[in-house]
Amino acid sequence: MHPHDAGAPVDLTGPVLGGALLVLLAGYLAAIAVSRRRGRPWPAWRTACAEAGVGVAAVAVAPVAAVGGFVAHMWAHLLLGMLAPILLVLAAPVTLALRALPAARARRLSRFLASRPIRVLTHPAVAGTLDAGGLWLLYGTGLYAAMHHDPGLHLLVHAHVLAAGWLFTASVLRVDPDPHPVGHRTRALVLLAFLTLHAILAKHLYAHPPTGVPEAQAQAGAQLMYYGGDYIDVALLVLFCLDWYRRTAPTRASAPAAHPA
Amino acid sequence: MASPPGSRHGLRRRLLTSGVLFGIGVAAFVDESVFHQLLHWHHFYDLSTPTVGLVSDGFFHAFGWFATVGGLFLLADVRRRGGRSIAPWWGAVLMGAGGFQLFDGTINHKAFRIHQIRYVPDLFVYDAVWLVVALLLLGGGAWWWRRRDERGAHAPA
Repeated sequence: MHPHDAGAPVDLTGPVLGGALLVLLAGYLAAIAVSRRRGRPWPAWRTACAEAGVGVAAVAVAPVAAVGGFVAHMWAHLLLGMLAPILLVLAAPVTLALRALPAARARRLSRFLASRPIRVLTHPAVAGTLDAGGLWLLYGTGLYAAMHHDPGLHLLVHAHVLAAGWLFTASVLRVDPDPHPVGHRTRALVLLAFLTLHAILAKHLYAHPPTGVPEAQAQAGAQLMYYGGDYIDVALLVLFCLDWYRRTAPTRASAPAAHPA
Repeated sequence: MASPPGSRHGLRRRLLTSGVLFGIGVAAFVDESVFHQLLHWHHFYDLSTPTVGLVSDGFFHAFGWFATVGGLFLLADVRRRGGRSIAPWWGAVLMGAGGFQLFDGTINHKAFRIHQIRYVPDLFVYDAVWLVVALLLLGGGAWWWRRRDERGAHAPA
């Protein structure tokens, strides 16, 4: 290994992933302007969620997050894979896009969302497998060590953590228009299985540090994953239960159904 | 889910489920915060824990949080549907907590050997106190539930 690339390899993750998120946010804000021009205001709290989500993800991929070893990596993992996704899902970007796009393109987007591949991909069991499977690959194989020597791999891993976390959170909360409804019971069981795997993986890491991670760092990182994950999990659980509570509201005879089929 | 949640029998079941879930969640939380983090009696991972113990631990860790949050939302659901007293709920909470404690003290600590209550020579005393507390919670909870449930059944909305 050359001495100059041992210390600080080129960072692709921050610029590429951070840049992509900023482009998405710009599109989101532009869509709000279009929606407002058409006389449909957009809730300010959803905008705040979008901005906070992008901000949290940007902090996680900032170059400073790369120094500080496994514990800093675990912080980035919690922010990028768990907290940012919740905020981005609450921002309801698909709902906004459907409002802002011209009718023909909105119809095309709807058709795409109703397609079979999207149905499979947004099933919580599939999304949860992609998310948890990625984590086991990252920490259970040599991938964690390898990505630190390969900026492209580093970018790929972080993009996957964000995308899979986002997809899984969306599949559990189902905030945006949902052409493929999945019952609360199925979602609850998958969420429970996912949280279980997350806790098991954290304890597994405690005893089996990923290649190249010193034991003390692995133990501190594992406990952060276990307990830090809890705080974010509770937010996810409250949002999930709130969705159940709203959609199962006892309807008065005159009230319209909360959830047209 | 044999009877619809709006029916009288359905609401009673839901109230019981809500309390038991919340009790399990609270017991799991106390276990985690008091014994693991404050007293440091329990170990995060005892390194001799077999796989089945890790899986069980991970499951109850996740289930505890789910039960706490879900239990409270179920209680809110029983309340908004109205028409029955929620006084028996505390009995169900105690039963849930006692049930978890009993499971934790027998299956998790002994059969799965996740960790022991405390790493001391006279462990037997700790185990005995743990189990007696579990049985007291279970018994007290069942008594409270029966007592309040009979009254609640006649209470006006």
